[in-house]
Amino acid sequence: MSTATLFLLALGLGLAGWIAGRSRAWAFRKSVGPRQLAALPTYHAWYVALWIVVPVSLFAVLWSIISPSLVLQSVLSTSAAADLPAFGFQRDNLLREAQAVASGASSGVFNDAARPLIEPFRAAISYYNIVGVVAALIIGFVAGAYAFLRLRPDFTARTRVEKAVMAALLIASLVAILTTLGIVVSLVFETYRFFEMVSPLDFLFGTMWNPDPMSSASDPDATRYGAIPLFWGTIFIGAIIAMIVAIPLGLMGAIYLTQYANPKLRSWVKPALEILAGVPTVVYGYFAALTIAPMIRDVAHAIGITSASSESALAAGLVMGVMIIPFVSSMADDSITAVPSAMRDGSLAMGATRSETIKRVLIPAALPGIVAGIMLAISRAIGETMIVVMAASTAANLSANPLDSMTTVTVQIVAMLTGEASTEHHTTLSAFALGFVLFLVTLALNFVALRVVRRFREAYE
Amino acid sequence: MTVVHENLEDTTAKMGARNVSVYYGDKKAIDNVSIDIPTEYVTAFIGPSGCGKSTFLRSLNRMNDTIPSARVEGEITLDGDDIYTSGMDVVQLRARVGMVFQKPNPFPKSIYDNIAYGPKIHGLAQGKTELDEVVENSLRRAGLWEEVKDRLEDSGTALSGGQQQRLCIARAIAVDPEVILMDEPCSALDPIATAKIEELIDDLNGSYAIVIVTHSMQQAARVSQRTAFFHLGKMVEYGRTSDIFTTPLEQRTQDYITGRYG
Ligand SMILES: Nc1ncnc2c1ncn2[C@@H]1O[C@H](COP(=O)(O)OP(=O)(O)OP(=O)(O)O)[C@@H](O)[C@H]1O
Ligand SMILES: [Mg+2]
Repeated sequence: MSTATLFLLALGLGLAGWIAGRSRAWAFRKSVGPRQLAALPTYHAWYVALWIVVPVSLFAVLWSIISPSLVLQSVLSTSAAADLPAFGFQRDNLLREAQAVASGASSGVFNDAARPLIEPFRAAISYYNIVGVVAALIIGFVAGAYAFLRLRPDFTARTRVEKAVMAALLIASLVAILTTLGIVVSLVFETYRFFEMVSPLDFLFGTMWNPDPMSSASDPDATRYGAIPLFWGTIFIGAIIAMIVAIPLGLMGAIYLTQYANPKLRSWVKPALEILAGVPTVVYGYFAALTIAPMIRDVAHAIGITSASSESALAAGLVMGVMIIPFVSSMADDSITAVPSAMRDGSLAMGATRSETIKRVLIPAALPGIVAGIMLAISRAIGETMIVVMAASTAANLSANPLDSMTTVTVQIVAMLTGEASTEHHTTLSAFALGFVLFLVTLALNFVALRVVRRFREAYE
Repeated sequence: MTVVHENLEDTTAKMGARNVSVYYGDKKAIDNVSIDIPTEYVTAFIGPSGCGKSTFLRSLNRMNDTIPSARVEGEITLDGDDIYTSGMDVVQLRARVGMVFQKPNPFPKSIYDNIAYGPKIHGLAQGKTELDEVVENSLRRAGLWEEVKDRLEDSGTALSGGQQQRLCIARAIAVDPEVILMDEPCSALDPIATAKIEELIDDLNGSYAIVIVTHSMQQAARVSQRTAFFHLGKMVEYGRTSDIFTTPLEQRTQDYITGRYG
């Protein structure tokens, strides 16, 4: 609560600074004339406002981190705290209860021993609230005054605000990168715990995946954690079957739309194709499980393959392929359209046919975009879970027969995480190991693709 | 109608246009133009911007086909055969009537592959050595060989603008066309590169029928022997270049070449 107050305070002070800075700049403008002013009054206003909002906000963040421990310190130093147990679970519990009541988060205490602590907590909290607000006011005022006094007619407020904008953009981009890093680090940590119990060699090269959530938590059977069938299933369904469908259809669709279709048709078909990308994957899952999978089974039975089950990798892969067509075609479409028409005209004027032009000039020039689209599609297919759950089962099978049931890494991650074992159990931890390896595999895939593109790209311009 | 000078000696017409009109949708961009493109000479098309020079040039190798709204009426012949009949193979036609564009447009491939492109798709060279020969010859004829012979694997787009344009000319020569159409080939180039291209056109003159569109009167005077002046979609006057520039018969031609408009 107090943090929110401080932020509001920062904004309020900032607004005041904005107005003050602006009116001062207008005063300059009146006295020296608009030409003499190095920046528009708004920039002066923003300069002052930033000088207030940024330090006060930083203080608010800092304060929200340190004030709880300050409160705790002052409570512990009162006489009421002397009766507390010296350490341990009980002591923490009592403190937490009293604190909750004092700050208004709960209405009463469960433990009578916590009651005497409430008053000290209340006093400390309100004391530090006041301290925080006063400190924020002082900081805001000092910083604002500093900025305000720096304003001169020839003060280059504009370039300084520009720098602040640049810093904000930099921070925004860092947030994304740091979040990714954070995810990786947490994944690494859990993965490490799993690999303490199951050797990475067994995990990476074992061919049987059959974790037992009922087994002893401390002594897992490493032979049940062979991830090869899962990775094979992932690649077979997501990168092989789905791509056999998606790459030719997506590419040919894009070529037709960019080179042959008349503009009217194109203006209809392209958005329609892109809508496909927005269909929830559950819907595709239904389609795969209820329509395609039984159809494949019936056809297989009809031609004498009686072993075909109603849950097949083929069904999941085919539907997944259809699902990712838009990813392939839309990127390919954009990058083919982006090839300058001078390239195409040059080739046609040489006496090349349209398809020769497409094959030898347009596609090579558009290759980076096309490959990027395919990579995106593969990542999407590898991460896809729903369709596989619904159409290809959760049974890990190491098989090259598309009619067999198979499962993928992501499906097993979900199965392990939602299983009945505790979060400390190795079946649960295996989900993190799977996620981590999957992450590495996609990373490597992207890396290789980038290299390939750089090697073969034909850059125009 | 078109004023054609009467003092023209006999030439063999490589291409001929009879009553050609070109439309973009309903808009007429070329109005009833008739002209012969001689084998022996370089023909220049001049005229103010937007008068239809490019449009007419592009109708000579059916590049207007790539513009959906464009439509050509009248008759255009190559060696006496109508090029707009359904029996005419456009691909073959464009191999015989090559084109160089205003902005150099090398393919984003190596210099070698840029030249080899045409011979490959038309099957003009058997085997690597023959292809090498075609590439070298074309580059030599375009006056580019000495500059690029050690870097044939570099991208064509890495060359300077003038080199790129000569590469495009070499590329057009490589398929051994009979006619070369050039649409303001020097407008993106500096005077030195321009001089090189003009020299090249002079060298090629005689081996190919050449048509060049240009905005530069001096250039037309330097490289061409025949000049056609276009204005508002019509061909106003046609004659020897020297006559057009010294004793034009039409007032509009006179105005244009003396810089009164355009
Ligand atoms: N693709 C097109 N669609 C519709 N109209 C066009 C198209 N291309 C050219 N035109 C029109 O046809 C007329 C002739 O254009 P064209 O490009 O042939 O002129 P130009 O003589 O080559 O001019 P410039 O010297 O500027 O290159 C112009 O009025 C132009 O607006
Ligand atoms: Mg033009």
